[in-house]
Amino acid sequence: MPPSQTPSQTVGPFFGRALPYDGGHELVGEDDPAAVQITGRVLDGAGEPVPDALLEIWTGVNGTRGTLRRTGTGASGFGRCATAPDGSYRFRTARPSGPYLALLVFARGLLRPVLTRVYLADGPDPLLDTLEPARRATLVARPDGPDAYRFDVRLQGEGETVFLAP
Amino acid sequence: MTPPPDVHPPYLSPAYGSTVLRAPSLPPVTAKQDPEAVELTSPVFGHHEVDPLEADLTRRHDGEPIGERIVVTGRVLDSGGRPVRGTLVELWQANAAGRYHHDVDRHPAPLDPNFSGAGRCLTDDDGRYRFTTIKPGAYPWRNHQNAWRPAHIHFSVFGTAFTQRLVTQMYFPGDPLFPFDPIFQSVPDPAARERLVARFDLDVTEPEWALGYQFDVVLGSTPLES
Ligand SMILES: [Fe+2]
Repeated sequence: MPPSQTPSQTVGPFFGRALPYDGGHELVGEDDPAAVQITGRVLDGAGEPVPDALLEIWTGVNGTRGTLRRTGTGASGFGRCATAPDGSYRFRTARPSGPYLALLVFARGLLRPVLTRVYLADGPDPLLDTLEPARRATLVARPDGPDAYRFDVRLQGEGETVFLAP
Repeated sequence: MTPPPDVHPPYLSPAYGSTVLRAPSLPPVTAKQDPEAVELTSPVFGHHEVDPLEADLTRRHDGEPIGERIVVTGRVLDSGGRPVRGTLVELWQANAAGRYHHDVDRHPAPLDPNFSGAGRCLTDDDGRYRFTTIKPGAYPWRNHQNAWRPAHIHFSVFGTAFTQRLVTQMYFPGDPLFPFDPIFQSVPDPAARERLVARFDLDVTEPEWALGYQFDVVLGSTPLES
């Protein structure tokens, strides 16, 4: 008989000295010509910033730069960033080969993470096309200057981000 | 046949106050099956990226931490019971007095200069991880009047798909705080809850050195698994 799954528990407020690591939010080097900046905030159901969330992005390609030690050249496919007191986060990544990056958000008060996608452009897409316009818009990052995008995560309520079943 | 109760806690668990404004109110969307979906793959970790010393939380400083030395080991398995090899396991915990080495921990219990309470390792070919640490203390939190967390170790585990990503907490057998802890109790199925409790194991216990606990982590299935 296959074993039974282990339940999820919240990441809690005290992961700060364990999970974030040097360069975690920098999937490519500073002067990488292919770099794009993704910034945003995590907000709760009252519209207040979530200052103790942890975000992870995954592009689908592991790359050559190193996952935990950013010592190689090129890009890494994985990044991790804890939110600042104002709920903000930032990643510097290579443009994904597909239309989106996968994003997981962990936080105190989230007994399991939320999974979503950051689309860098709107367009025909098997997931986006199933969503009504207002919901669809929550998955599409807004251009925010050259090679820069903004993507806010609203955990609950008005403008709630579309989350995906794992 | 009635479906088995959900393994994971519901997002909204009002007894755990912080869920009230953070739980999504809409059900998650099931994306159409797409074998190319980014979420079906996972980052991989190189052995050169993790120092074997990071698995021994008692040897990260000049002196030894205060507390009951323990060995915590187990296997990371997929939903079919197959070992997940070379995957990253991270853990963090309070010290023996119930205090985290963290700026926002205001519990008036002593910090231990010889204990930071964070470790990581990669699983071996059998899916096994192994840490040496000290038993964490229970600690108070402000969720409700006289609220205390049972002693626990936080775990973060990667699988072979981003959708399998798991963060959880490992508890110790027989903790009297279980009935009063809304985080432990947020898991609806009592049998699933029990799977968060490590098993004392005399075979893992090292004579004259450390008590041993076993804690297996079983990840969820992915659409591509047969
Ligand atoms: Fe904790």
